[in-house]
Amino acid sequence: MQKMSAMNRKLIQNLAETLCKQVKHFDKRETECLIRLFSGLLGEQAERRAAHGLDRVRFRNILHNTFGMTDDMMMDSVFRAFDKDNDTYISVKEWVEGLSVFLRGALDEKIKFCFDVYNLHGDGYISREEMLQMLKDSLIRQPTEEDPDEGIKDIVEIALKKMDHDHDGKVSYSDFEKTVKDENLLLEAFGNCLPDAKSVLAFEQHAFQEPHGH
Amino acid sequence: MGLTISRAVQWSSDGDQLENSPLNNDILTEILLFTEGFEDRHPQEASIPFCEPLQWNTSLEAADFTSDIYNTRGESAVSLECDDKGRPLLQLSPPAITVHSFYHLSNLLKLSKDKKMKEVWACLEGELLCMHSLLYYCFWLLSCIFVVCVLLPREGRLSPAAVNTEVDLLKRENRVLKSVHYTSDYVFSNGCRSPPWRQMEGEICSLIIETCDTEPTLFITCNTSGVFLNEVRKLINGEGVENSSMTKSEVYKDIVTLLKNQSPHFAAAADEQDFAIQDVPSAKKILHVETVDVEETGQTLKSYDHEEKNVPEKLAWNKPGSRNKKLEPSLKWKNLGLTSRESKKSPGPASENKKKANFSGSSLPGSDDFSESSSEDEEDEEKPERRAEIPTDLPSEYWQIQKLVKYLKGANQTATVIVLCTLRDFNLVQETCQLAIRDVGGLEVLINLLDTDDIRCNIGSLKILREISCNSLIRQTIADLGGLQTMVSILDTPVKELKCLAAETIANVAKFRRARRTVRQYGGIKRLVELLDCLPDSVSLSAEQERDADVARCGALALWSCSKSTRNKESIRQAGGIPLLARLLKSSQKNMLIPVVGTLQECASEKSYRIAIQTEGMIEDLVKNLSCDNQELQMHCASAIFKCAEDKHTRDLVRQYDGLKPLVMLLNKAENKQLLAATTGAIWKCSISLENVAKFQEYRALEILVGLLKDQPEEVLVNVVGALGECAQISENLATIRKSGGIQPLVKLLSGTNQALLVNVTKAVGACATDPENMPIIDRLDGVRLLWSLLKNPSPDVQASAAWAICPCIENAKDAGEMVRSFVGGLELIVNLLKSQNKDVLASVCAAIAKIAKDVENLAVISDHGVVPMLANLTNTVDDKLRRYLAEAIACCCMWGSNCVSFGEAGAVAPLVHYLHSKDPLVHQATARALFELSKDPNNCITMHENGVVKLLLIMIGSTDAILQEAAASCVANIRCLALANDKAKNG
Repeated sequence: MQKMSAMNRKLIQNLAETLCKQVKHFDKRETECLIRLFSGLLGEQAERRAAHGLDRVRFRNILHNTFGMTDDMMMDSVFRAFDKDNDTYISVKEWVEGLSVFLRGALDEKIKFCFDVYNLHGDGYISREEMLQMLKDSLIRQPTEEDPDEGIKDIVEIALKKMDHDHDGKVSYSDFEKTVKDENLLLEAFGNCLPDAKSVLAFEQHAFQEPHGH
Repeated sequence: MGLTISRAVQWSSDGDQLENSPLNNDILTEILLFTEGFEDRHPQEASIPFCEPLQWNTSLEAADFTSDIYNTRGESAVSLECDDKGRPLLQLSPPAITVHSFYHLSNLLKLSKDKKMKEVWACLEGELLCMHSLLYYCFWLLSCIFVVCVLLPREGRLSPAAVNTEVDLLKRENRVLKSVHYTSDYVFSNGCRSPPWRQMEGEICSLIIETCDTEPTLFITCNTSGVFLNEVRKLINGEGVENSSMTKSEVYKDIVTLLKNQSPHFAAAADEQDFAIQDVPSAKKILHVETVDVEETGQTLKSYDHEEKNVPEKLAWNKPGSRNKKLEPSLKWKNLGLTSRESKKSPGPASENKKKANFSGSSLPGSDDFSESSSEDEEDEEKPERRAEIPTDLPSEYWQIQKLVKYLKGANQTATVIVLCTLRDFNLVQETCQLAIRDVGGLEVLINLLDTDDIRCNIGSLKILREISCNSLIRQTIADLGGLQTMVSILDTPVKELKCLAAETIANVAKFRRARRTVRQYGGIKRLVELLDCLPDSVSLSAEQERDADVARCGALALWSCSKSTRNKESIRQAGGIPLLARLLKSSQKNMLIPVVGTLQECASEKSYRIAIQTEGMIEDLVKNLSCDNQELQMHCASAIFKCAEDKHTRDLVRQYDGLKPLVMLLNKAENKQLLAATTGAIWKCSISLENVAKFQEYRALEILVGLLKDQPEEVLVNVVGALGECAQISENLATIRKSGGIQPLVKLLSGTNQALLVNVTKAVGACATDPENMPIIDRLDGVRLLWSLLKNPSPDVQASAAWAICPCIENAKDAGEMVRSFVGGLELIVNLLKSQNKDVLASVCAAIAKIAKDVENLAVISDHGVVPMLANLTNTVDDKLRRYLAEAIACCCMWGSNCVSFGEAGAVAPLVHYLHSKDPLVHQATARALFELSKDPNNCITMHENGVVKLLLIMIGSTDAILQEAAASCVANIRCLALANDKAKNG
């Protein structure tokens, strides 16, 4: 066991060495901590799945418990944004890369990340339908109105009008980028998909503390 | 009303013929058709004879009068019908024709066939040209109706069409009104329903409206000038009203307004609906309403109907009266665990605090409410609600904003942010948009959003509040809703953007007294001062440091607004704001410097700040920024120096830091009056030091200042004249003022009324008068008389200043005695000023009397006016300045008749002896001279001796002042002579 763990540590260090060169915002030690956290999370997972990486349920748990996210659809979307190769598992590389943006991303990186999250169909555009889907619970419905969704539809139109700079009826990446650069508040325009400062701080404190027993 | 037509028609250039223009033709056709058809439509009225007939030169001939109601005789024709005096109602004696009634006018037109138009033309020309003969009844009637149907819609008064539309709308709103009926169903061709004789008075129609709450029914008359209630039902009820005519109640601009005033129920209902009707009343808007707004109007009505049925209390949101309702975050938010920091916060504590604050303010003397600085006259005080009436035309933005605010009330944070960002896209500087937000309860929502934990919502809300708080009504509402408390607590946030926004919004809101007090009472001053704590800008700042600097800038902005209250100045100082402001003053950023210097100059009204500005080394920075390229900043710097330079050391510092030259340079920017006032103020105060005056001479400031004596606002003039007065301490400047033509404008200013200006002008003129070459000019301009008349000014400061100025005038004027005598009642006036309670007035008048008394004739006159006992009366003073001039006056007044004896009898001698104990050598000199004069009377010598004068005078003899020596010695000699004579008498 002792030997295994030593070997494991060696492995982790090597991996950290490579990964920290690929991601922007973590140094080697931090990368190592994240890898260790990742393997810890994997350990809790069933043996069979562990080989592929973190599954959706586990990842959603982290989003919910650690970062306080509540919207099911948003959490699934964030999962998809992390899962770059679309294999329904988050590998250690995807984990470190994803967290780099998620926790410490610059505005540009965050814009890209949020756009990926909101681009539900993955076609490079945020369409009316996608917006409607994401915003469907954002307004109290007036059950008595003829069309209870009228308000939501109106909000979608308002958002589209604000963002669709090239007037093609959908929001492209450059539309989105321009909008957010003009008004940073619209970064998370269609739902909460980034952690707030407080939970980032809490997570980093927890993850980057010196590992016990060393 | 005839005048209306005469104005409406277009005259040819020579003014006596009607022009053949399309407008005139239109008017003529209208009149023609009207007149022609009048007889058929209103046979009864048509037969009423005119008071004065219509007369014109007709082209008709007797042959044209084919009808059998006319009797033709040769070339003339008369109607068979006659008035009660037996005159025929129509009489033709070519070319003149006279017509007495509409019936015949009508007939005549029918007879004239193709010449109709020409006849009307001739008739109008003839009548309009000589207004005096104008057709009393006819034209009045004609033009009334004409005005109703043709001119009114252009003038924007009430028109039949507008009334009609409004009534139709009211009829549809059967929910708020029981019934709406016209009194008459018959509609005249002009759209009116009132009978023609009432139309003459502008009446359009009468209505009977049953509301849900007024008793029993409303009888309403719609007139072109407005809508009013008929008080006729009082008569019906027989309440003993004797006046049988209908009395008008108050006139309203439309039916809705009247109903709102009469029926509270209707008003409430109309308010909550933000009635679509409000778009209607203005006649001009009718088209617009029907074509453009019809869809939107329908929509809003519909949606509100739904709301009303289902959530009754929600309606309260739209009522301006129900602001206190605190909105709870939507359920969804709560479920998400995102409820507000104080979501349970009931309206209780806030309003209680407010009440308490108000209470303490009004009841406790010396409480902080009204301890405001002098500089607040420019700020806006709270104004009463100004929008009592419904605006008649609301742009589409109004409705869009209303809709967005509605969404805001039921949105989660994602939708909230979208809506907030969209709201920001409106032109929030526009008042309509600001009030749209307020009118639909948007401010409550925005302020409530500040209470939530979501930073993005806080930011979005503050960004809007910051913009719209430039409106004073919005500011008041934000303060009323407790927004300031929340914003003050937001200042504690670690998020810098949020801090900035909150501080900037506070800066905007705290423009009135109550808001500033609220900021202080909730600990805002301390927090704002803390924001100032950042590194002064160095060459390179990190992004984080730049953000800190921005926070500091916003903090300074808020403090600037707050610093208009005296109490807040003190709070800023106590919170340690002065050293922080001093540090920020080192900044090179103008947007930082302006609020910092603005705050400093505002606070410089307090002595503690003036000392601090000097001791913390801020003068150097203020001087440095005088040379910047921003006029606002320059203005605040100059203003700060103005306020601080009362202190000598500060004045020296300004000079040492080379601040005088930039000040003189700023005088060239004469077009910016605020800057000019501040600059001239600083120059004035700086020139109190002679070293500075020398510098100003070097920079040729006097010539520029003299040039500023004309066409400037008073606040500039006060300072310019003050500066000239100070510069005149150096005698060569007196010549400069004369040579650059300054004396004439100065003397001219003596006839002004501004007291601060008069004090300075009298001083300056007085200074000028010390130059013998200036005096003839002043004399020629009658300056002395003007100065003398200022002795009658109610302000003691002006009186004193004028009296001081009179002294050098008398001294230097040729034939001064004659001049003074020429002022009728002048001597009596100045003697009577010795009754003043003001020490400076007394001293100055004594000085003037000393000068006057040099002329023996005048001395005789003032002696007659009782100057001796009055001066003697003052001798008990302890004020050295007064003592000096009083002694001088006494010395001079002894020269006449028995005055010397009288002073002794009035008890003036003994107190004078005690003046020699004073520490002021100038008092000694004057007193010694007075004593010498008084010692010419033996009794006075005895009194002096008894009071131990000899010992004191012996000390004075040892003085280096030759005049004092001589006077003292002479006085002792007189006493000695008396003693010797006494001895001689005894022994001999």
